[in-house]
Amino acid sequence: MGRAKLPRKSTVIDMTAMCDVAFLLLSFFILTTKFKPSEAIAVTTPKSVAAKVAPTKDIVMIILDKDGKVFLTMDDESVKEVMANTLNSTKNLGLNVNAFKKAQFFGAPFGQLASFLALPEDQRKGNLNPGIPVKDSSNNELVAWMSLVANAYQGKKPNLLLKGDNLAKYPAFKSVIDAFKKNDFLKFQMVTNPESAPVGTDLWKQSQSGEKRED
Amino acid sequence: MSEMDTSSGGGHKKGPGVKKGKKLSTRVDLTPMVDLGFLLITFFIFTTTMSQATAMRLFLPKDADKPEDQNKAKESGVITLLLGKDNNVFYYEGQLDNSASNFKSSNFHDIREVLMSKKQRTPEKDMVVVIKPSDECSYKNVVDILDEMTINVLKRYALVDISNVEAQLVAKSEENAAAAVKN
Repeated sequence: MGRAKLPRKSTVIDMTAMCDVAFLLLSFFILTTKFKPSEAIAVTTPKSVAAKVAPTKDIVMIILDKDGKVFLTMDDESVKEVMANTLNSTKNLGLNVNAFKKAQFFGAPFGQLASFLALPEDQRKGNLNPGIPVKDSSNNELVAWMSLVANAYQGKKPNLLLKGDNLAKYPAFKSVIDAFKKNDFLKFQMVTNPESAPVGTDLWKQSQSGEKRED
Repeated sequence: MSEMDTSSGGGHKKGPGVKKGKKLSTRVDLTPMVDLGFLLITFFIFTTTMSQATAMRLFLPKDADKPEDQNKAKESGVITLLLGKDNNVFYYEGQLDNSASNFKSSNFHDIREVLMSKKQRTPEKDMVVVIKPSDECSYKNVVDILDEMTINVLKRYALVDISNVEAQLVAKSEENAAAAVKN
């Protein structure tokens, strides 16, 4: 009798605000996602426990594909311009400097470089290219490439990266190392996929006890 | 969910004879749209890989021309790993015997045990691992074995070219292993 009547409330909620939030988040995620740039050369990198993130600036990357072909990529266009000019003056290759600057990667012997650059960018699909010849230790063209890089950087040290395929054979890797050594590039990094340290090993114990590791 | 009907109840009175147009609600139920929005968000979150490629560092030694410049290692602390084809690993401790009696075979899984026991047996400053990849092994093998050095916290290791004797031994034991599998 004395019970007060509760007013009936509608169960319908206005969804507009929630919808706004959902789509705001959605657009935020879409816009901030950086797509992996599609790579001209398909490489599956091995795994390692290394925890340092690979540098992305000032890089000189050597790519070793599964057939042991070697490619070179660089990101600094001004350095590439210097290299193209040097190549033109010393080896008389008649390269198109602009195409050299814009090229994503180099993968041809010096003799074929001009025709390699003449191809449109989308036709230079990695695995069809001859690659930089390294197999023959007396005619390892990567040595010449690395000395070009060293000269173009003029004492500054670029981040030297090596990205190798799981299936690449050791001799190709060794000739790349030889080319580095001959040009006094004694420090380099190998691109790998991260993996955690196996349980029970010394490294694992170190990280458990909070010790800092030196990579 | 039901929509709110706003058109009902006490409309304006129009003049006589004017037909009453039914007023439709302008409100739309947004629930499915919210569902879709969050579904897409979850999809994007799950498909985005945050992993960035990492890099492992390798420092190369300068080639020493003179034998006296070369690093010396105590024989008792040296373990040599030889990488063969098909993920085979062979190893020996100290110097290789003439009869190759201390030449043992292993694989990438068991080599960790070998390295750990060697590490426990030898004083830290004497421990040197010599890695000799053969021409048959892959880049992955080399990276894996270098990774093994990091995993077992071995500070001194070297990547050295394989000698002829060792290459032959590796090839021979691989043949033997293949023959044993066949029989």
